[in-house]
Amino acid sequence: MHKIWAIFRKDLLVELRTKDTLNSMLFFGIVVLIVFNFAMESLRDSIRSAVPGILWAAFIFSGTLGLNRMFAAEKENGCLQGLLMIPVDRGIIYFGKMLAATVFMLISEFVIFIFSLVFFNLTVWGEIPYLILVFLIGTLGFTAVGTLLSAIAVNTKLREVLLPLILFPVVLPVIVNAVEATNIILNTQDYRALRLPLSIMAVFTIVFGTISYLLFEHVLED
Amino acid sequence: MSEKLQSRFDTVLAIALILGMVLALYMALIEAPRERTMGDLQRIFYFHVAAAIAGMTAFAVNFFSCLMYLVRRKRWWDNLALSAAEIGVMFLSMVLVTGPIWAKPAWFVWWTWSPRLTLSLVLCLLYVAYILIRNYIEDPEKKALVSAVFGIVAFADTPLVWFSIRWWRDIHPSPMLETGGLAPSMRPAFFICMIVFQILLVFLLRRRFYLESVRSEMESLEREADAH
Amino acid sequence: MIEVRGLTKHFGRFSALRGLDLTIGAGEFIALFGRNGAGKTTLLRILAGLSHPSSGKVDFPREAGIAPLYWRGRIGYLSHNTSLYIDLTALENLRFYAQLMDMPSDDDSLFRRIREVGLAGREREPVRNYSRGMQQRLAIARAFLHNPDVLLLDEPFTGLDQAGSEILKGYVSDAHAKGKTCLMAIHDAPLGYEMADRLVVIDKGVVALDVAASALSLSDFQQKYKFLVTKQ
Repeated sequence: MHKIWAIFRKDLLVELRTKDTLNSMLFFGIVVLIVFNFAMESLRDSIRSAVPGILWAAFIFSGTLGLNRMFAAEKENGCLQGLLMIPVDRGIIYFGKMLAATVFMLISEFVIFIFSLVFFNLTVWGEIPYLILVFLIGTLGFTAVGTLLSAIAVNTKLREVLLPLILFPVVLPVIVNAVEATNIILNTQDYRALRLPLSIMAVFTIVFGTISYLLFEHVLED
Repeated sequence: MSEKLQSRFDTVLAIALILGMVLALYMALIEAPRERTMGDLQRIFYFHVAAAIAGMTAFAVNFFSCLMYLVRRKRWWDNLALSAAEIGVMFLSMVLVTGPIWAKPAWFVWWTWSPRLTLSLVLCLLYVAYILIRNYIEDPEKKALVSAVFGIVAFADTPLVWFSIRWWRDIHPSPMLETGGLAPSMRPAFFICMIVFQILLVFLLRRRFYLESVRSEMESLEREADAH
Repeated sequence: MIEVRGLTKHFGRFSALRGLDLTIGAGEFIALFGRNGAGKTTLLRILAGLSHPSSGKVDFPREAGIAPLYWRGRIGYLSHNTSLYIDLTALENLRFYAQLMDMPSDDDSLFRRIREVGLAGREREPVRNYSRGMQQRLAIARAFLHNPDVLLLDEPFTGLDQAGSEILKGYVSDAHAKGKTCLMAIHDAPLGYEMADRLVVIDKGVVALDVAASALSLSDFQQKYKFLVTKQ
């Protein structure tokens, strides 16, 4: 619906102006890469085996930052209130926000990935299409439930601090499957084995996308 | 149920519980046969698994209560949801404690990342998150509503977590073998422990629910008092 | 036409509304008075659909075949939150809301709206650069964008400069003349008395006084109001 697009477009437009969210997401993701590099010093020669985990850790941490900003920014100037007044099914707001969050995450994942190629001296050419697929489905799963939980967290006393606490346990299936899938692509190349993790991530996205859409109106408040 | 009937029921429950506990202890520690490879250490299994099942039951109660609250919006369901979540966390903590106690002497490691143990850990985190969310929302109606949503999310997540961990385990197998099969001679002890833990669950649930009902009742009375 | 019955709202131990009853007739202009914390903002928020009551009902007139979301689209709410995106321009802000409200979002219509609130020439500037008074004016344009049938205004004149106040007064009187219903919380008794048909004082979460403006003089009203809010 064009209203989802309107919300999505508005978030992108605001981001284009300020670049607040993306900058912090990118910066944080790259910092995570660097920290892990020092943390995994002992794996120096076989770092490629640890890369899937490091990548997704960076993605998840920077993604959480993005999710936090999404609703925290709306609360400023009471914009959340404005959204609540609109005569639309609240689920429409969910989809608009989720799409925006997905796009932001994908952009930062792309940049973080490029940096990881440099930092860890990786070469990946034929694997790129598969990686894109895994990144896409993993990110969708993450934002499907992350958007809902971010709306919850932002209305509590702890605000954004609560989000990682409630998000990470829920999103574990995505993390496990995404890391393994990335590992398959980068290290084992047993592409047939990709079907299971991708299916689980897809199921996760559909299940939580539906639940979030249906229940979003209960958590969105100012 | 009338008050008198309630307390009669609680008394019966308490007696059944005490007797059941004694029986369960006897069955698990004495009557059940010695396990082939691990010996007496394996007996912890009866309580470990019974606690896990009781915890899962509690979370199922939480899920159902959350759904009912969303539909009916009665405080009763919210009180039940909270009680169930807390008691579920309690039972799963038992699982998380007995797990290492079992693992260390058996396999010389504290933690095995087995599917059951890992799931218990994640579930604990999920429902602690449920309780955390409640702690940081002041308004009781919002608290109930939002935590009901999260309760549903947590429960929907559980099978996905289970399958993900199981699959992960298949890829990264470990030499530690937790007893999967249950020899027929062990079944009586197992079932008795399981039933006793369920009775414990019901007993604790009723006590906690009663406490929570009283607490929220007090809160609304305080509110009335403030008005005058 | 809007029936408020037994409206209660608690925030933990504090009760903002305690069984408030109010009937709002179609086309009426009600000025809401009361101390801070009396419940005016809470009432307006609940009417706007931003908050759910703890108990009690709000009944909007039901008409066959009208979708339940209908009334949300017919209400205009203005509070001290501007609900504007400060990083976007005035044009972009209004375009966003117009799209979501199914109103014309072409540049000409939006330019006209912006001109109406006296911000012509500054349409393409980020709202961040506006003064407080200018932001309030744009907020007025936003609130009235969809030509609402019911106006809910929470102390809308605070923060407005002289020109802005004139613009708002014009909008509101205009709407009232066209038969729109209006509920305005206000501190300024003379202004409220002048603009409204009906004067309602809310105290401790219930209606304490409800009179037609024509039934008594301004000074009488002020006396009664003062008496109500100073007694304990």
